[in-house]
Amino acid sequence: MVAYSLSDMLGMWIGACLALFVFSFLYKDNPFYKLAEHIFVGVAAGYTMCMGYWQVIQPNLIAKLQAGDWRYLIAAVLSLMLLTRLSDKYAWLSRWPLAFMVGIFAGYNIVYTMQAQVLKQLEATILPLWNCQSWQELCQNLIVVVGVLTGLMYFYFSKEHKGTLWGKAARVGIWGLMITFGAAFGYTVMARISLLIGHVMYLQDVWRATLQFFGLG
Amino acid sequence: MKREIPLVITFIAGIVMIIQFYTYPLNWLGDLFNDFYNIILTFSFVLGALSLYAVNGKKITSQAPGWGYNLVLLVSLTITLVCGLFIAPPGKLPTDEGTAFSWIFANIFNPLSSATYSLLAFYVASASFRAFRARSLEASILLVTAFIVMLSRVPLGEYIWQCLPVLGQYNIAELIEDWIMGGFNAAGQRAVMLGAAVGLVSVSLKILLGIERSYLGGND
Repeated sequence: MVAYSLSDMLGMWIGACLALFVFSFLYKDNPFYKLAEHIFVGVAAGYTMCMGYWQVIQPNLIAKLQAGDWRYLIAAVLSLMLLTRLSDKYAWLSRWPLAFMVGIFAGYNIVYTMQAQVLKQLEATILPLWNCQSWQELCQNLIVVVGVLTGLMYFYFSKEHKGTLWGKAARVGIWGLMITFGAAFGYTVMARISLLIGHVMYLQDVWRATLQFFGLG
Repeated sequence: MKREIPLVITFIAGIVMIIQFYTYPLNWLGDLFNDFYNIILTFSFVLGALSLYAVNGKKITSQAPGWGYNLVLLVSLTITLVCGLFIAPPGKLPTDEGTAFSWIFANIFNPLSSATYSLLAFYVASASFRAFRARSLEASILLVTAFIVMLSRVPLGEYIWQCLPVLGQYNIAELIEDWIMGGFNAAGQRAVMLGAAVGLVSVSLKILLGIERSYLGGND
């Protein structure tokens, strides 16, 4: 049997109350929900900042500067330049770090996206339609090849989706995409439901722990 | 100058990232720029926090309607920041187990975030009730696929699946699910991914060449 301290119990009760405040929105918007919502925004912002500081700023900037790697002064100066966004007169200086980040992002995308999301995906689509080991494999390969081709034809908006070949192929493409969206939707619903079940079980655990804490369970 | 220098910075940063990919001896430059990127990105959270203080502080001082909630937001932000940056037992980081910050994470952040996301289950259900009407062939396909995927993830679905006839060595239901997930779903996702990737690469090229400048904002 787990022994709970007062701090554990206090934490559990705060967590449970806040969760119930959030669920109260199912009835209608109310002050309890708003309170939980604002606490969440504040804590989430603070949490993100603290984790960012300890996982990125401390090891990648402060530790490197302390070790004498002065190249990182450039990153420090660019970071501080971001704060000029708060001044009307010098806000234009904040474009420099922003431009640097956009440049890195664009350069990274051109090579890595091309490699990982275009070439690899195309490679995975070039499948044999002859000499397959079983008819199931043939069907699966056929579905993938036809599905990708017709899906891409649907996404090609420079040509009107009309005519015997293009119109029908684009229509088959929509059917394939609808199956994809249906599957994605099904997965999302199931993920949310399992989160909900997990949360209800959390509330149940809090209740049991409370009974145990007061020697009733 | 206010717009030209950022364009030059963008071009140089992007070109360096491309060149270092093809030239092994310059990989260190790519790693360095990546570090810079992460540092600047993380530092932008400071800007976000300052902005939160400015916007909410203004509402509190002017006692705008609901200013009490803004006060709660700022207090929870400040407490989290103080606990996460400064308060730690000797020999420990503020983010380690057993600190005030980890208590906040376990008892406030975690329950609030999972409750908020699980709340969406109800809204997804009600939205699907309104949207999922088999008005057309496409809507029917979406509806049937979602139904099969959801059914196959619950014990009742597994039971029904087992009752369906066997074709050779394959259960028909498993075969359909395999074709949906491994065939149609993979093909659709691949088509979406390919389309999005080509779009992303073309926008990145436009940014590097200075054709796309909207990220600079303003006119000065």
